[in-house]
Amino acid sequence: MSPAQQHGTPDAATTEPERFEVVFDGRPLPAIAGQSVGSVLTDAGIRSWRTTRTQLRPRGLFCGIGVCYECLITVDGEPNQRACLVPARPGMALSSTVLGNGPFDTAGETDD
Amino acid sequence: MTEHPRDITATSPRYDVAVVGAGPAGLAAAVTAAEAGCRVVLVDAGQQPGGQYWRHPDETAPRGDESLGHHDWSTFAGLRTRLHGLVRRQRITYLPRRQVWFVQRPSTGDEPPAHTLHLTTAYAGADGGDDGPDAVTGDAVILCPGGYDRQLPIPGWDLPGVMAAGGVQALLKGHRTVAGRRAIVAGTGPFLLPVATGLAQAGADVVAVCEAGSITGWSRDPLAAAAVPGKGREALEYATALIRHRIPYRQRTAITAIRGTDTVQSVELSRLDREGRIRKQAGTVDVDLVALGWGFTPSLELVTATGAATRKDIDDSLVAVVDEEQRATVPGIYVAGEATGVGGAVLAVAEGELAGLITARDQRAAVSQESVRALQKRITRHRRFAAAMHTAHPVPRHWHDWLHPETTVCRCEEVSYQQVCGARDDLGAGDARTVKLMARPGMGWCQGRVCGFASAKLAAAREGRALTADDLRPTAKQPFAAPISLEQLAEGPQHE
Repeated sequence: MSPAQQHGTPDAATTEPERFEVVFDGRPLPAIAGQSVGSVLTDAGIRSWRTTRTQLRPRGLFCGIGVCYECLITVDGEPNQRACLVPARPGMALSSTVLGNGPFDTAGETDD
Repeated sequence: MTEHPRDITATSPRYDVAVVGAGPAGLAAAVTAAEAGCRVVLVDAGQQPGGQYWRHPDETAPRGDESLGHHDWSTFAGLRTRLHGLVRRQRITYLPRRQVWFVQRPSTGDEPPAHTLHLTTAYAGADGGDDGPDAVTGDAVILCPGGYDRQLPIPGWDLPGVMAAGGVQALLKGHRTVAGRRAIVAGTGPFLLPVATGLAQAGADVVAVCEAGSITGWSRDPLAAAAVPGKGREALEYATALIRHRIPYRQRTAITAIRGTDTVQSVELSRLDREGRIRKQAGTVDVDLVALGWGFTPSLELVTATGAATRKDIDDSLVAVVDEEQRATVPGIYVAGEATGVGGAVLAVAEGELAGLITARDQRAAVSQESVRALQKRITRHRRFAAAMHTAHPVPRHWHDWLHPETTVCRCEEVSYQQVCGARDDLGAGDARTVKLMARPGMGWCQGRVCGFASAKLAAAREGRALTADDLRPTAKQPFAAPISLEQLAEGPQHE
């Protein structure tokens, strides 16, 4: 079976999921295995992590299921990832995109 | 489409049946076809099976009772067990975290009319470095793409803290994350109820559910509701939960403006008349979370990519035209679930099961005609229920009266209501497609998935005519069904 075909089998519900930290703009945030980046940020009270490219309006989660692309975030240097879909991993570096640089021109912009 | 159109299919693994989507319809379709003897590949954008409806915490890192907040969880648990068994026996190849970005049609005269689905990962590194295929070919393809919350622009809806009701629900069901402390749930339709009660059960203060319609609308076809008693029980449970959590259910009431600077601070409520016009102000409420939903929009990109016919459904959604056996109008393509008409998970499972049986039968497997007929009966009953639901919860006809000139319609391209109106009034754009080309709503990252319905409604309303399928089609028809890199495009179907 290829890794693509493997999928989780529910363990005993008593197993405690792993806890770890991710880093958002240099700030450590607690995360639990299986959480999406968007869920980790929301739990930390963070609601927006980019600005729009013309009116510089704040944006964060909206559809929450991968449709609207409002929650784009830079993950470990990879720009334009959907926070609602990407699973948090230990030590993951997340960076906001502000100052008027829109989602189309964030290449190489990892300031942490 | 090029001089070497078939090259990639020579290298893509071929299956009797390729199913897209592992929600209620896709899961049912895949396991049914596989159990009938077909070799099946199941492609899904999600981390794990279940789709949006049966979204649940990561199975490898359980968070207590995974069925929390779910209604027919046992149906899912059964389908999942069958899927696991079929994957183990190599009857189903399961490819999670993948999106189809391009559907390659068969060449003229190909028998069977096999389609090749080109795949991209749902996010960078989603394939975990495996050697999963870049494309799969299905002699038959069952499309079960599901749908997402339908949205209407309202003043302030682009503030952080305003979310699609389904997104709030996804955070709760998938991550046990409560998106706000003091919430209001608004829009129309029965889906607002589980979102409100889910938030309350998770500890949020839910100040109200604002239903733009009225539940008396259901009395227009009481038999439809009676035909599906399970739904009545469900409604009663939600009603009980609303009372228990002291959540007011305010009918003919809408959020007509959202206020805040960098995040939502308050909402303005209005009482509506039958046509959705503001009758009177109904006060301002402080909240930090707004969950909005106006029914659902089926995902139609893959259906239109195959060239299959579409139509406007009773709820104004664009849906696939299918026959009584879930066949689309293109040979080799079958569609099940919300993409044939929004109707909920029970209906989607029945349609998926039927599509699985029919694809197997079309490939000469022995299939019980009795099972086919029983499923068709169930589908008819649930379709009637869905029609009654849509009639009772329409999008308010005069919703656009709530908009201000500067209200954002397209969130991606930041196109205002004024600019959308200007495309028609100053530039003569009389249909949704021309408005899109001139004012650019729907040209951004989401490709109109969020504002496409509203833009289509606005274009029709400005012309003083009813919405048509042609107003909805420009959003559903995309060159690529998911954003891809130039590198992937270069390596894609044209040049392999």
